[in-house]
Amino acid sequence: MKFLSKFYIGLVFLILYAPILVVILFSFNKSGNLSYFSTFTLDWYIELFEDKEALNALKNSLILAITSSIIATIIGTLAAFGISRAKNRYYRQTLESVANIPMMNPDIVTGVSMMLLFVGVGAIVGAKSTLGFWTMLIAHTTFNLPYVILQVLPKFRQMDKNLTEAALDLGCTPMQTFFRVELPSIMPGIVSGLMMSFTLSLDDFVISHFVSSPDFKTLPLYIYTQTAHEVKFSMYALCTLMIIAIMLLLIAVNVAGSMGERRALKKARGH
Amino acid sequence: MNKNVLIRLNGICKSFDGETILDHINLEIHNKEFITLLGPSGCGKTTTLRIIGGFETPDEGDVFFDGKRINDIPPYQRQVNTVFQRYALFPHLNVFDNIAFGLRIQKCPDAQIREKVKEMLALVNLRGFERRRVNTLSGGQQQRVAIARALVNQPKVLLLDEPLAALDLKLRKDMQNELKNIQHQTGITFIYVTHDQEEALSMSDTVVVMAHGKIQQIGTPTDIYNEPINAFVADFIGESNIVDGVMLADYRVKLAGHTFDCVDSGFEANEPVDVVIRPEDVDVVPVEKGMLSGLVTGVTFKGVHYEIIVDVKGFKWMIQTTDFVAEGETIGLSIDPDAFHIMKKSEFSGMFGDYSSFSDELEKLSDATEEIDEE
Repeated sequence: MKFLSKFYIGLVFLILYAPILVVILFSFNKSGNLSYFSTFTLDWYIELFEDKEALNALKNSLILAITSSIIATIIGTLAAFGISRAKNRYYRQTLESVANIPMMNPDIVTGVSMMLLFVGVGAIVGAKSTLGFWTMLIAHTTFNLPYVILQVLPKFRQMDKNLTEAALDLGCTPMQTFFRVELPSIMPGIVSGLMMSFTLSLDDFVISHFVSSPDFKTLPLYIYTQTAHEVKFSMYALCTLMIIAIMLLLIAVNVAGSMGERRALKKARGH
Repeated sequence: MNKNVLIRLNGICKSFDGETILDHINLEIHNKEFITLLGPSGCGKTTTLRIIGGFETPDEGDVFFDGKRINDIPPYQRQVNTVFQRYALFPHLNVFDNIAFGLRIQKCPDAQIREKVKEMLALVNLRGFERRRVNTLSGGQQQRVAIARALVNQPKVLLLDEPLAALDLKLRKDMQNELKNIQHQTGITFIYVTHDQEEALSMSDTVVVMAHGKIQQIGTPTDIYNEPINAFVADFIGESNIVDGVMLADYRVKLAGHTFDCVDSGFEANEPVDVVIRPEDVDVVPVEKGMLSGLVTGVTFKGVHYEIIVDVKGFKWMIQTTDFVAEGETIGLSIDPDAFHIMKKSEFSGMFGDYSSFSDELEKLSDATEEIDEE
């Protein structure tokens, strides 16, 4: 029985990680052919760093992911604050559902409708080319927003209401109360909302496809145009690097979290 | 008007969702007083405290502080600080930073903050705890931090909302003494909310008994205990037998078919009244010497004394006696004239004071559930 459960877990992880392992493996394949692995090489990595277009796409992706996730986190946190303070229960529940619906919406619908909106507004104001970085930024911020609200709202709800009152009682204005007491309590939600938005923005393809222009291409869009011919092996190298970067980020976050806890414990024991 | 009055509540009314919580509350709180709002859950005591703290605004009536109307002053501009029932310490700050919180908001210089926090930690017996995280502290220690955090701001008034309710009995007794000492040392007015009558009697200068959103009685602990104004107060404060009686004339009261001498006067002839007799004021005597006689239906050993339930003509009395009597025995009861306390009939008459369904455990159980309801 014990063996069976271990086997089952092993199988689940194998299925989950097999595609990633294949990409990593073939990024080191000298043969340049998917059917067999010849010898280990770093050629594809060298090629990647000489590929100006790919690096530019990576840079665009990072700029877009960072800006859109930060903007979405700020707007989303304020929205969650407002929703959590709504007195009328029905009003609050309506707000919550309205905020959640865009998550269920198929990307293709969001993408097409955004494109129509941007092009339409562009036509009205008479701009020549509307689509580009700014439309991408608006689109990414928009689809990130519900995820931030989803992460932050429960933190507001879990927060001890007495903490707010205690801060007011000790002389804080409502503004000071928010920054000194409420913000630290909801910080975990804000951080996970920020990280979620960052990754969502980084790998979005469908919506970006509709609202982008050829002069601002993100990495997923670039890789997609590559597949029209034949996927370059340098793309495998790029994917491998991204996987490693995300893994390092996750490990860093986890280590920082547990270190913080341990330090707190140590401090407590020190006395 | 008394110059010593620090806070005055004038005809305060408050209702939530159409339910009246406070019904024309009038109360004067004097400077340096230890005043306790006492009552069962739902009586409005916490709401009264929150109105003084500025967390609720009254629907009707005015709150005066030092002679100035403060209805519309937000909590952060009031010269009061609160100790919350569940401490409400800031989890992201350590003990020092929690206590220093109010001073930092007031932009006190650092050196002064360090000195004042040190002073406060000494006051609440937590020297050396500066760097501890608050969630590593025990309940009693957290409560001390909460008290220090409030007191460090040198408020004119400290509001305490059932601060000891979450502590166990032993710790609660210690903290009662400590709070009383702190109040003496600092000379700050304490407004204390509790549903524990023993706590109220042992700590307060003035007790305010509340029920159904109204103040029933205001007085010193001895007044409240010895001269309860109605059946509710008599029953809520300590144990009492509350018997229907008739005031035949001044100093003559008839109850349970026997006419007694008493020390109360000022009632109309033959006025129906409620008569309070405390269980410790009834003497157990042989039947032939007793003014009343009854059948013992229950005996509980309490350590210092026995608590016996005696059936006198269908009404069950509780009597505390040091002499052992057996269940099923018929005994005589003797009562001194000054043991009777006569009260006018009120809306509470007939609701309390009979021990026919008396059970210690039941009472405690219902207390515990009430506490949770109040959240």
